[in-house]
Amino acid sequence: MSHITRHPLDVNDLLARVQGPERGGTCVFLGSVRNDDGVTAIDYSAYEQMADEEIARILGEAQRQWPDARVILQHRLGEIPAGEASIAIAAAAPHRDEAFTACRFVIEEVKKRLPIWKKEMFADGTTAWTDAQRQAKPTTR
Amino acid sequence: MTVSVRFFARYAELAGCTSSAVNVPMPATVGDVIAKVRELFPGTQVMPPRPLAALNRRQVKLDAAVNEGDEVALLPPISGG
Repeated sequence: MSHITRHPLDVNDLLARVQGPERGGTCVFLGSVRNDDGVTAIDYSAYEQMADEEIARILGEAQRQWPDARVILQHRLGEIPAGEASIAIAAAAPHRDEAFTACRFVIEEVKKRLPIWKKEMFADGTTAWTDAQRQAKPTTR
Repeated sequence: MTVSVRFFARYAELAGCTSSAVNVPMPATVGDVIAKVRELFPGTQVMPPRPLAALNRRQVKLDAAVNEGDEVALLPPISGG
């Protein structure tokens, strides 16, 4: 399964890949597009090859820290409407503490490390990159 | 020597392209390549003084040494998830 997709995310598929009879706790995190300030969609782009490699590294680090856990993630790219998920992480472990902790670890590392960028799209047709400059002062609206 | 430079997201808009081959004298660092990029693509001069960069698909500091054929990527502030 590729970690990067341009299709809607399928949580059940991710769950099937991590759950097992020896893992009693399963945790799912979904990150979805918010409709802040009239945002209708976000166009996600990536340095895809690096993002895919970085995801594999993050999941490898999680596996080493929580050897009994299984963690998987998928990130969606392209134009994603408000309300739909851009990222899904599923973590299953023998007990809930490891599942929650591993899931939290993965999303926090993703936020720091994945070369992925967001362009917000508004109802009036304007767009704006979400980055430090955008947060300081909207430039294209 | 020639290195391949890639621009992403807002930086691609500033550069006006998504990739280019850039010549720099040896020895050179990622920072030297970025200085050359600022000369060749004036739109990129508004990038921060020390932008995020990747060398061969791994994030590196600007003092990392580059070699012939390497790929340097200029990364706007990361906002995945």
